[in-house]
Amino acid sequence: MHTLEPILAEHPFLKDLKQEHLELLVGCASNVRFEAGAFVFRQGQEANHFYILRDGKVAVELFAPQRGAVAIDTYGEGDVLGWSWLIPPYHWRFDARAIEPTRAIALDARCMRTKCENDHELGYELMKRFARIIEQRLDATRWQLLDVYGVRS
Amino acid sequence: MSAAVASPMVPDLYRVRQVRRETDDTFTLELGLARGSQPFRFLAGQFNMLAVPGVGEVPISISGDPGAPDTLVHTTRAVGAVTRAMRAMKKGDMLGVRGPYGTGWPVTEAEGHDVLVIAGGIGLAPLRPTIYRLLANRDRYGKVVILYGTRTPADILFRREVEAWRARLDVEVYVTVDRATEGWHGTVGVVTKLIPKAPFDRTRTVAMVCGPEVMMRFTALELEKRGVETDQIYLSMERNMKCGIGLCGHCQCGATFICKDGPVFRYDAIKGLLSQREI
Amino acid sequence: MSDPVSTRRPRVTLEPAALQQLIDTLRTDGFRVIGPVLGNGSIVYDDLTSTSQLPQGRTDRQQPGLYRLGTREDEAWFGYAVGPHSLKRFLYPPVTRLWKAERKGSGLTLVPEGDEAPPTAFVGVRACDVAAMLVQDRVLLQGPYIDPAYRQRRQAAFIVAVNCGSPGGTCFCASMGTGPAVKTGHDIALTEVLADGAHAFVAEAGSDRGAALLGRLATRPVTDGEAACAAAAISDAARHMGRTVAAEGVPERLAANVEDPRWDLVARRCLTCANCTLVCPTCFCSTVEDETDLSGAHATRVRKWDSCFTLDFSYIHGGSVRPSPYARYRQWLTHKFGTWVEQFGTSGCVGCGRCITWCPVGIDVTEEVRAMGGQAPSDLPVASA
Repeated sequence: MHTLEPILAEHPFLKDLKQEHLELLVGCASNVRFEAGAFVFRQGQEANHFYILRDGKVAVELFAPQRGAVAIDTYGEGDVLGWSWLIPPYHWRFDARAIEPTRAIALDARCMRTKCENDHELGYELMKRFARIIEQRLDATRWQLLDVYGVRS
Repeated sequence: MSAAVASPMVPDLYRVRQVRRETDDTFTLELGLARGSQPFRFLAGQFNMLAVPGVGEVPISISGDPGAPDTLVHTTRAVGAVTRAMRAMKKGDMLGVRGPYGTGWPVTEAEGHDVLVIAGGIGLAPLRPTIYRLLANRDRYGKVVILYGTRTPADILFRREVEAWRARLDVEVYVTVDRATEGWHGTVGVVTKLIPKAPFDRTRTVAMVCGPEVMMRFTALELEKRGVETDQIYLSMERNMKCGIGLCGHCQCGATFICKDGPVFRYDAIKGLLSQREI
Repeated sequence: MSDPVSTRRPRVTLEPAALQQLIDTLRTDGFRVIGPVLGNGSIVYDDLTSTSQLPQGRTDRQQPGLYRLGTREDEAWFGYAVGPHSLKRFLYPPVTRLWKAERKGSGLTLVPEGDEAPPTAFVGVRACDVAAMLVQDRVLLQGPYIDPAYRQRRQAAFIVAVNCGSPGGTCFCASMGTGPAVKTGHDIALTEVLADGAHAFVAEAGSDRGAALLGRLATRPVTDGEAACAAAAISDAARHMGRTVAAEGVPERLAANVEDPRWDLVARRCLTCANCTLVCPTCFCSTVEDETDLSGAHATRVRKWDSCFTLDFSYIHGGSVRPSPYARYRQWLTHKFGTWVEQFGTSGCVGCGRCITWCPVGIDVTEEVRAMGGQAPSDLPVASA
C-alpha cells in the first residue's frame, strides 16, 4: 500500500511520526469510503478499526427512545475517529454515521494492537497522541455538559 | 420645586413597530420614537435600559444596524417579568428607552486586522451590529470570520441572516451546536472546536467574543492557547443593573462598573476578575 | 463652595446665645434647620428650632454592636460622637420619586417628578460626615451622569460643622484622615470650649457665605485661652480615637487576598442584615421600583436605598452572582476600603464607626481590614467614652 504512506504522513494526527513507525502503520492501513448516511460503526459492535479522516463529515450519535438519534460530536478532515479499539473489551459505545460522503484511512485494530505490543516505542508514541485527543474531547464534553446556553429559571 | 430633577433616569417614549419571535425563548423588538422621528445613534456593543412602566426596567443590548438608525432594534430572551411583558407587546404599544450606554466593540481599532467574531447563544445579538459594520466597510478589514455556537439547531438565532453571511464570498461563517437531532448536517460540538478551522492570522487578529460568561472564559483561553494576545481579545460582560449610568452600584465587578467601564472590555483588563468566584 | 485649608479666615467666638441667633437667622433666611436631638434612644438628626433641643450634657457610649446614651459631668452641647443618621438621609433620601406614567389604551404619558426639598442648614455636623458628603459628591456629581436631585439639595445645603471633642469608642476618623477637625466642605466650623465655668464656641468660616452669616451674629474676638482650649480639644480627640486602622496599602492587600480564610470567619458571623450599609454615610447603592395602583393604569417609579448585602442585589437571569454571605461581605468591605479608591480617588470609608456600632453581631471593620492578608489583630487600648 505504498500510495497510502504519503497520505498518512501528511495527516495532523501522525505529524512528526518516525519513518519506521509510519511504515508499521501503513502495514495495517486500508482506504475506505462512506456514502452520506452510511454508518461507520454501530454501538456494541467490535471496534476493529480506527479511522483517520481525509475529508467529509462523521457524526457520533446516540439513539434515545422518543428523542431519536442525538448527535453529540462531529469530525471531519484532519480528525481521528475512535479510540475504543485501544481499551478492552474493544466495543464501540456510540454510533458513528457519515453525514457527508467521507474518505478515510482505516487502521486495522488487531494489527495495530499486535504491533504496539511488539514495539513499545510505537505503542507509547500512539498512546501520547491519543491521550491528547481524549483530553481535548473530555474538556469539550464537559463544556457541553455545562449547557451554558440553557435558560435557568 | 424643579422639573426634570430625575432627568438621566427619565426615559424617552418609543413605540413598538414589530415584535418578532426568533426562537422558543428569544424575540426581537423594533422600535421608533413615539413623537417625532429622530435617528437613534449608537455604537455596536452599547445597550439601552428598556422600561415597561408598572413592571420594571432592564438593560438590553442593541442588536440593530448602526448604519440604519431610524429603527431601534433589541433582541433578548424572555426570562423575567419585564422581558415577558415586552414579548407580549403589540404594534403601537409604548415603552421607555434610556441610552445608549456603555462601551462599544473595537470596530475602529480592528481596521487593518483579521477579525474573529465568536458568539455563543444569545451572544450573537450584541455582536450583530458589529457584523453589520464590518460587512458595510468590508475593505477596511482583513479576513472576517464568524464562529457561532449554540445549544441545538432550533436555537440558532437570526438563522436566515447567518446563512446569508455564510453565502458571501468574503466572510467565513462556521456554526456548531452542543447537540443535534436528525436532520442537522452541520458541526456538533463546543464552539471552541471551530477555532482551529478559522483561518485567521494570530499576529494581526482582533477577536470579539460574546456569550455566557463561562463560554467567554473558555473561548478566550483557547484563543490564548492559539497565540492570540490577551490585548487583542474583547469580551462583553453582564451584571444586574438598576440605572445603567454608574449611580446605583449594582453592576460592579471588581473595581469596574459594567455599565460605564463596559460592557465591552479588553480581555487583559478583566482576565483576573473572570477567574475569581462570586466577584 | 468652601475654601481650601490654606486660606484660613479669622476666627471669632460665639456665646451660647449667639448659637440660637445662628439658628434663628438661618430660619429667617428660609433654611430648614436640622441638628442633633435625642430620639429613638440615640442622638439623631431632626428639625432644630432651639438650642434647648440639643442633647446638652449628654454623651454616647459606642462599642461593636452597642450604643448607649449617657450623661456627662459637664454641660457640653456637642459632647458625643455620631448617631445612626448622617447627612445622607437628607441629601440622598431613602426614597425619591423619579417619574409617573399613565397608560391610556396603547398610549403612555410619562412625567418627571420634581424634588421638593427646601434649602436645608445642618448644624452640628461632624468632620467625618462632612468628609462623607464630599465622598458622595465624587460619586453622584463627578461621573458621566449625575444625580440632579442630589445636586440640587447639595447646592442648597448650608453646613455648620462641629469639631469633635468627644470621639466615640468606634471612631477612627484620625486614621482615615477625615477628622476630628473638619478640613473643607463646611460653611462654618465650631469648636466647643468649656472650661472654668465658661462656655463658648470658637467659630471659623469655611466659605464666603459662612463668613457673611457670622458677620450678622453677635460675635467677639477669640481670647488666647479659648484658642488654646479649642486646639487642645482637637488634638486630644485625635489621640483618643476608639480605633485605628493603617490605611496605607489596604486596597492592594484586599485585592491580593480575595480568598483569605478570614472571609470565612467574618461571613459566619455576618447576618447580611444590611445595617452597616444603611448607617454608612457614603454607601450610595440604590434600586428602582415601580409602584402601581390597582387599575394598572398609573405607575410611579421610585428610587430607594439598596444594599449589596441583599441576595438579589446581583441577580441576573437564573441566579445571583454573589449568593453566599461570604461573597457579599467581601464585596462590601473590598469596595469600601479598596476598589472605591480606584473608582473615585478616595477611600469610601471616613472612619465614623457607625457600621461597627450598629452591627448586631459587632463586626469591626478595622479588625477585618487589619486581619486580611494575615496581619495579627491589634491590642490597642480601646477608649471608653
